Amino acid sequence: MDIEKELSELKAKVNSAPGMENKLSMVVFSGELDKQIASLIIATGAAAMGMKVVLFYTFWGTAALRDPSKKAGGKDFMGTMFGFMLPKGRNKLKLSQMNMAGAGTAMLKSLMTKKNVASLDQLFEAAGALGVEINICQMSMDLMGMKMEEMIDYPGMKVVGVASFLADAKESAVQLFI
Amino acid sequence: MSDYAVTKTLDCKGLACPMPIVKLSMEIAKMKVGEVVEMLTTDPGSLADVPSWAKSTGNAVLESKQDSGLIRFYVKRQK
Repeated sequence: MDIEKELSELKAKVNSAPGMENKLSMVVFSGELDKQIASLIIATGAAAMGMKVVLFYTFWGTAALRDPSKKAGGKDFMGTMFGFMLPKGRNKLKLSQMNMAGAGTAMLKSLMTKKNVASLDQLFEAAGALGVEINICQMSMDLMGMKMEEMIDYPGMKVVGVASFLADAKESAVQLFI
Repeated sequence: MSDYAVTKTLDCKGLACPMPIVKLSMEIAKMKVGEVVEMLTTDPGSLADVPSWAKSTGNAVLESKQDSGLIRFYVKRQK
Protein backbone atom coordinates (compact mmCIF):
# COMPACT_ATOMS: atom_id res chain seq x y z
CA MET A 1 0.00 0.00 0.00
CA ASP A 2 1.85 3.05 -1.29
CA ILE A 3 0.36 5.98 0.64
CA GLU A 4 2.33 8.61 -1.24
CA LYS A 5 1.19 7.31 -4.61
CA GLU A 6 -2.43 7.09 -3.49
CA LEU A 7 -2.24 10.56 -2.03
CA SER A 8 -0.90 12.13 -5.19
CA GLU A 9 -3.51 10.30 -7.29
CA LEU A 10 -6.23 11.58 -4.98
CA LYS A 11 -4.84 15.10 -5.20
CA ALA A 12 -4.88 14.94 -8.99
CA LYS A 13 -8.49 13.73 -8.96
CA VAL A 14 -9.65 16.50 -6.63
CA ASN A 15 -7.86 19.20 -8.56
CA SER A 16 -9.37 18.17 -11.88
CA ALA A 17 -12.88 17.57 -10.53
CA PRO A 18 -15.58 19.90 -11.85
CA GLY A 19 -16.75 22.76 -9.70
CA MET A 20 -13.70 22.94 -7.45
CA GLU A 21 -12.06 26.20 -8.44
CA ASN A 22 -12.63 29.34 -6.39
CA LYS A 23 -14.32 30.85 -9.40
CA LEU A 24 -17.66 32.37 -10.33
CA SER A 25 -19.07 32.01 -13.86
CA MET A 26 -22.12 34.07 -14.67
CA VAL A 27 -24.32 34.23 -17.75
CA VAL A 28 -25.60 37.79 -18.11
CA PHE A 29 -28.60 37.22 -20.38
CA SER A 30 -30.84 40.09 -19.23
CA GLY A 31 -30.68 43.59 -20.55
CA GLU A 32 -32.63 45.33 -17.82
CA LEU A 33 -31.04 47.85 -15.47
CA ASP A 34 -31.94 46.08 -12.22
CA LYS A 35 -30.59 42.75 -13.45
CA GLN A 36 -27.38 44.32 -14.76
CA ILE A 37 -26.83 46.03 -11.40
CA ALA A 38 -27.39 42.73 -9.57
CA SER A 39 -24.92 40.97 -11.89
CA LEU A 40 -22.23 43.56 -11.36
CA ILE A 41 -22.69 43.75 -7.59
CA ILE A 42 -22.33 39.99 -7.33
CA ALA A 43 -19.37 39.99 -9.73
CA THR A 44 -17.45 42.74 -7.92
CA GLY A 45 -18.35 41.29 -4.52
CA ALA A 46 -17.03 37.89 -5.59
CA ALA A 47 -13.85 39.43 -7.00
CA ALA A 48 -13.35 41.34 -3.74
CA MET A 49 -13.64 38.01 -1.91
CA GLY A 50 -10.75 36.66 -3.93
CA MET A 51 -12.77 34.64 -6.45
CA LYS A 52 -11.87 34.60 -10.10
CA VAL A 53 -14.91 35.98 -11.93
CA VAL A 54 -15.95 35.39 -15.55
CA LEU A 55 -19.03 37.06 -17.00
CA PHE A 56 -20.59 35.77 -20.22
CA TYR A 57 -22.72 38.48 -21.79
CA THR A 58 -25.32 37.12 -24.19
CA PHE A 59 -28.65 38.07 -25.85
CA TRP A 60 -30.18 41.16 -24.27
CA GLY A 61 -27.24 41.67 -21.93
CA THR A 62 -25.00 42.42 -24.90
CA ALA A 63 -26.67 45.80 -25.47
CA ALA A 64 -25.45 46.99 -22.06
CA LEU A 65 -21.89 46.79 -23.37
CA ARG A 66 -22.49 49.26 -26.20
CA ASP A 67 -20.67 52.55 -26.02
CA PRO A 68 -23.03 55.38 -27.00
CA SER A 69 -20.10 57.49 -28.20
CA LYS A 70 -18.96 54.90 -30.72
CA LYS A 71 -20.42 53.91 -34.07
CA ALA A 72 -20.04 50.79 -36.16
CA GLY A 73 -20.68 50.85 -39.86
CA GLY A 74 -21.16 48.15 -42.43
CA LYS A 75 -24.29 46.63 -40.97
CA ASP A 76 -27.02 44.99 -43.00
CA PHE A 77 -30.67 46.05 -42.71
CA MET A 78 -31.54 43.82 -39.74
CA GLY A 79 -28.32 44.82 -37.97
CA THR A 80 -29.16 48.49 -38.39
CA MET A 81 -32.73 47.91 -37.13
CA PHE A 82 -31.43 46.10 -34.03
CA GLY A 83 -28.95 48.91 -33.51
CA PHE A 84 -31.85 51.33 -33.42
CA MET A 85 -34.18 49.31 -31.24
CA LEU A 86 -31.73 48.02 -28.64
CA PRO A 87 -30.61 50.33 -25.80
CA LYS A 88 -27.41 52.16 -26.56
CA GLY A 89 -25.37 51.11 -23.56
CA ARG A 90 -25.79 50.63 -19.83
CA ASN A 91 -27.14 54.09 -19.11
CA LYS A 92 -30.13 53.55 -21.39
CA LEU A 93 -31.48 50.41 -19.76
CA LYS A 94 -34.96 50.03 -18.27
CA LEU A 95 -36.17 48.29 -15.12
CA SER A 96 -37.54 44.78 -15.55
CA GLN A 97 -40.59 45.77 -13.52
CA MET A 98 -42.25 49.07 -12.62
CA ASN A 99 -40.56 50.83 -15.49
CA MET A 100 -43.70 52.99 -15.83
CA ALA A 101 -42.58 54.47 -19.14
CA GLY A 102 -39.22 55.44 -17.67
CA ALA A 103 -40.48 57.01 -14.43
CA GLY A 104 -39.67 53.90 -12.40
CA THR A 105 -36.17 53.72 -13.82
CA ALA A 106 -35.51 57.39 -13.10
CA MET A 107 -36.83 56.92 -9.56
CA LEU A 108 -34.52 53.99 -8.90
CA LYS A 109 -31.50 55.86 -10.27
CA SER A 110 -32.18 58.87 -8.05
CA LEU A 111 -32.74 56.63 -5.00
CA MET A 112 -29.41 54.95 -5.68
CA THR A 113 -27.63 58.29 -5.90
CA LYS A 114 -29.32 59.45 -2.70
CA LYS A 115 -28.30 56.33 -0.77
CA ASN A 116 -24.83 56.37 -2.27
CA VAL A 117 -25.26 53.00 -3.95
CA ALA A 118 -22.66 52.44 -6.62
CA SER A 119 -23.93 53.24 -10.11
CA LEU A 120 -23.45 50.87 -13.05
CA ASP A 121 -20.61 53.12 -14.25
CA GLN A 122 -18.83 52.80 -10.89
CA LEU A 123 -19.49 49.07 -10.76
CA PHE A 124 -17.98 48.50 -14.21
CA GLU A 125 -14.94 50.52 -13.17
CA ALA A 126 -14.55 48.51 -9.97
CA ALA A 127 -14.98 45.28 -11.93
CA GLY A 128 -12.21 46.29 -14.32
CA ALA A 129 -9.91 47.21 -11.43
CA LEU A 130 -10.59 43.87 -9.74
CA GLY A 131 -9.86 41.81 -12.83
CA VAL A 132 -13.39 40.60 -13.56
CA GLU A 133 -13.31 38.98 -16.99
CA ILE A 134 -16.04 39.92 -19.49
CA ASN A 135 -16.64 37.71 -22.51
CA ILE A 136 -19.28 38.43 -25.13
CA CYS A 137 -21.29 35.80 -26.95
CA GLN A 138 -20.24 35.70 -30.60
CA MET A 139 -23.64 34.46 -31.74
CA SER A 140 -25.52 37.28 -30.02
CA MET A 141 -23.23 39.84 -31.62
CA ASP A 142 -23.84 38.23 -35.03
CA LEU A 143 -27.61 37.92 -34.64
CA MET A 144 -28.06 41.48 -33.46
CA GLY A 145 -25.54 42.90 -35.89
CA MET A 146 -23.26 44.33 -33.20
CA LYS A 147 -19.58 44.88 -33.73
CA MET A 148 -16.64 45.12 -31.32
CA GLU A 149 -15.93 48.71 -32.47
CA GLU A 150 -19.14 49.93 -30.86
CA MET A 151 -18.53 48.28 -27.51
CA ILE A 152 -17.09 49.89 -24.39
CA ASP A 153 -13.40 49.81 -23.60
CA TYR A 154 -13.00 47.17 -20.95
CA PRO A 155 -9.70 45.47 -20.09
CA GLY A 156 -9.38 42.16 -21.91
CA MET A 157 -12.98 42.00 -23.16
CA LYS A 158 -13.29 39.50 -25.97
CA VAL A 159 -15.77 37.52 -28.05
CA VAL A 160 -16.22 33.82 -27.27
CA GLY A 161 -18.56 30.92 -27.98
CA VAL A 162 -20.59 28.74 -25.68
CA ALA A 163 -17.79 26.17 -25.30
CA SER A 164 -15.56 28.77 -23.64
CA PHE A 165 -18.29 29.66 -21.20
CA LEU A 166 -19.00 26.01 -20.40
CA ALA A 167 -15.31 25.26 -19.87
CA ASP A 168 -15.16 28.12 -17.34
CA ALA A 169 -18.48 27.12 -15.76
CA LYS A 170 -17.44 23.52 -15.33
CA GLU A 171 -14.42 24.48 -13.22
CA SER A 172 -16.28 27.07 -11.18
CA ALA A 173 -17.59 26.56 -7.70
CA VAL A 174 -20.46 28.97 -8.47
CA GLN A 175 -22.47 29.26 -11.69
CA LEU A 176 -25.24 31.82 -12.11
CA PHE A 177 -27.73 32.83 -14.80
CA ILE A 178 -29.10 36.37 -14.62
CA MET B 1 -6.89 46.68 24.16
CA SER B 2 -4.79 47.21 21.05
CA ASP B 3 -1.49 45.45 20.89
CA TYR B 4 -1.19 46.08 17.19
CA ALA B 5 -0.29 49.17 15.19
CA VAL B 6 -2.73 50.48 12.62
CA THR B 7 -0.94 50.99 9.32
CA LYS B 8 -3.73 52.83 7.55
CA THR B 9 -7.26 54.08 8.00
CA LEU B 10 -9.72 53.32 5.22
CA ASP B 11 -12.76 55.57 5.18
CA CYS B 12 -15.75 53.79 3.67
CA LYS B 13 -18.35 55.96 5.40
CA GLY B 14 -21.42 56.51 3.26
CA LEU B 15 -20.56 53.74 0.79
CA ALA B 16 -23.07 51.00 0.16
CA CYS B 17 -22.76 47.35 -0.90
CA PRO B 18 -20.53 46.15 -2.53
CA MET B 19 -18.13 49.10 -2.30
CA PRO B 20 -16.99 48.64 1.34
CA ILE B 21 -15.53 45.18 0.74
CA VAL B 22 -14.35 46.12 -2.75
CA LYS B 23 -12.33 48.99 -1.25
CA LEU B 24 -11.17 46.80 1.65
CA SER B 25 -9.85 44.10 -0.68
CA MET B 26 -8.03 46.66 -2.83
CA GLU B 27 -6.50 48.30 0.24
CA ILE B 28 -5.36 44.99 1.77
CA ALA B 29 -3.74 44.07 -1.55
CA LYS B 30 -1.59 47.20 -1.27
CA MET B 31 -0.45 46.39 2.27
CA LYS B 32 2.25 44.08 3.50
CA VAL B 33 1.49 40.83 5.31
CA GLY B 34 1.07 41.56 9.01
CA GLU B 35 -0.11 45.13 8.55
CA VAL B 36 -3.45 46.26 9.97
CA VAL B 37 -6.03 48.52 8.36
CA GLU B 38 -8.68 50.42 10.32
CA MET B 39 -11.84 50.44 8.23
CA LEU B 40 -14.66 52.88 8.95
CA THR B 41 -18.09 52.11 7.54
CA THR B 42 -21.70 53.18 7.99
CA ASP B 43 -23.14 50.30 5.90
CA PRO B 44 -25.08 47.88 8.17
CA GLY B 45 -24.47 45.05 5.68
CA SER B 46 -20.74 45.35 6.45
CA LEU B 47 -21.30 43.87 9.92
CA ALA B 48 -21.80 40.50 8.22
CA ASP B 49 -19.83 41.17 5.05
CA VAL B 50 -16.42 42.05 6.51
CA PRO B 51 -16.10 38.88 8.63
CA SER B 52 -17.36 36.78 5.65
CA TRP B 53 -14.82 38.46 3.41
CA ALA B 54 -12.04 37.85 5.93
CA LYS B 55 -12.95 34.16 6.27
CA SER B 56 -13.06 33.72 2.49
CA THR B 57 -9.76 35.45 1.82
CA GLY B 58 -7.82 34.10 4.79
CA ASN B 59 -7.38 37.44 6.53
CA ALA B 60 -8.27 38.31 10.12
CA VAL B 61 -10.69 40.70 11.77
CA LEU B 62 -8.82 41.60 14.96
CA GLU B 63 -11.53 43.78 16.45
CA SER B 64 -14.78 45.45 15.60
CA LYS B 65 -16.47 48.35 17.37
CA GLN B 66 -19.87 49.85 16.80
CA ASP B 67 -20.67 53.40 17.84
CA SER B 68 -24.21 54.53 16.89
CA GLY B 69 -24.09 54.41 13.08
CA LEU B 70 -20.34 54.07 12.70
CA ILE B 71 -18.68 50.64 12.56
CA ARG B 72 -14.91 50.26 12.95
CA PHE B 73 -13.12 47.13 11.80
CA TYR B 74 -9.46 46.32 12.40
CA VAL B 75 -8.39 43.94 9.67
CA LYS B 76 -4.98 42.29 9.45
CA ARG B 77 -3.49 41.03 6.23
CA GLN B 78 -2.41 37.46 6.92
CA LYS B 79 -1.25 36.27 3.54
